[in-house]
Amino acid sequence: MKLINKKTSALLGIRFLGFCTILVVAFILLVLADITYKGAGVLSWDFIFSIPRKGMTEGGIYPAIAGTTMVTIITAIFSIPVGIATAIYLNEYAKDNFLTNILRASIRNLASIPSIIYGLFGVALFVEALHLGSSVVSSGLTLGLMTLPYIVTSAEEALRSVPHSYREGALALGATKWEAIQTAVLPSAIPGITTGSILGLSRAAGETAPILFTGVTFYLRFPPDTLDSEFMALPYHLYILSTQHHAIEQVRPLAYGTALVLILLIVVLNIIAFIIRHKYTPKTSR
Amino acid sequence: MENKIELRDIKLRFGSKEVLKGINMDIPKNSVVALIGPSGCGKSSLLRSINRMHDMTTNAHVTGSIKLDGKEVLGNDVEPTLVRRKIGMVFQRPNPFPKSIFNNIAYGLKINEMAKNGEVKKIVESSLRDCYLWDELSDNLNRSAMEMSGGQQQRLCIARTIAVKPEVILMDEPCSALDPISTAKIEELIIRLKEHYTIVIVTHNMQQAIRTADYTGFMYLGELIEFDKTEKIFNNPKEELTKRYVEGNFG
Repeated sequence: MKLINKKTSALLGIRFLGFCTILVVAFILLVLADITYKGAGVLSWDFIFSIPRKGMTEGGIYPAIAGTTMVTIITAIFSIPVGIATAIYLNEYAKDNFLTNILRASIRNLASIPSIIYGLFGVALFVEALHLGSSVVSSGLTLGLMTLPYIVTSAEEALRSVPHSYREGALALGATKWEAIQTAVLPSAIPGITTGSILGLSRAAGETAPILFTGVTFYLRFPPDTLDSEFMALPYHLYILSTQHHAIEQVRPLAYGTALVLILLIVVLNIIAFIIRHKYTPKTSR
Repeated sequence: MENKIELRDIKLRFGSKEVLKGINMDIPKNSVVALIGPSGCGKSSLLRSINRMHDMTTNAHVTGSIKLDGKEVLGNDVEPTLVRRKIGMVFQRPNPFPKSIFNNIAYGLKINEMAKNGEVKKIVESSLRDCYLWDELSDNLNRSAMEMSGGQQQRLCIARTIAVKPEVILMDEPCSALDPISTAKIEELIIRLKEHYTIVIVTHNMQQAIRTADYTGFMYLGELIEFDKTEKIFNNPKEELTKRYVEGNFG
């Protein structure tokens, strides 16, 4: 006689899966609730749109929001086109040989390089060798390099999932390969490409290490007015407020407020991704 | 009767694997030609050689000569996109683009810059009418093609093909994914289309070949065993192999 029959063991299995899911969701909710609870008190238009005052113990975080936004835009402008182009080349044009597979594996491995190493590389390449200095551009490009592997990999995945029959259908009507990719393949891949790109960007927006040496600064009274100036950024500001400030206890609410704003920024990015995906996904498929 | 397409000594290799071993065939104008044979005999590969679809496969190698109205189709100096505009293709599984019905038909016109804006509407309508889709669909041309039934999708793919006014239409088992009623509609369409087009159809269904084709070619292991009038192939074939295949005593 079996101790546990099939039905019971299936039920146990499902319960276990459900428990794990609840555990994950519970942790996320706990973090969000904690940050919201402790940060909502300082959140106001004034907090978002004014500069830090009195040694950062009062005032807002406007320069940090502006800095993070500008750097993320530079990151997007650099990494999305280059990433998509690379993915198109790898998936549609590159011959399926040893060299291509090595290239693909290398790009995937780049995603696992610690971000501080991108930071060092950014100093060497953008700040020093290309004389871009400690600036928005240097940081944006460094974060761009870090984001590229995500974008390339997810875009390639999205292109690969477009049925081969779309390409054949377009070619059979007299389209060139490039026309087929532009008009029949890319539109179907947009939802996947967008999701990957925005996830990559939201990770970049929250990074501290790559911008640490390449352009972020402790304190500014203004948002960066040119691309070659230094800037404040939300994740770095959060780091300063929580560990480096002379009156840590006093600025703790400001730190939570900053964290909340950073999370909201990323939520907004993800909502944009969701809307784009919803808009471009065909209503039904076979 | 005038020949629309002439195949001479067509050989196809995928890497070192020989798939077609020298095919010769004359396809008369405004006729329906069926290619039959067991799976893997090379009939689809032959079809795809005619509109240069193998160009996209890196290790595929086609030699010989294919003439459309006496003009060579193979060779690096012939632009494959021009060939494919004159020789359209309908695939085994309906493959409409995930766009609206209207844009599916207009796609080829746009790609080939064939029509001015005013004309696109007219061509879309006439293409849909030719495929008996107009009455079913004229009210919702903006609906996504993906919402249609499989049979409608396949007729849409035929409509999309004739919108760019090809001279030849290649069909690779166009009914194999469809139910009997949709199949009957497509067969009816094929017979009507030969008035204006020359049609080559690959099929596993021998009844379909009998119903639609004027000529039938039987292929086996990369060779064209016999090519003749359809009634000859099915009633009185010359080759023993053909006889056994059409009678179902094969393998």
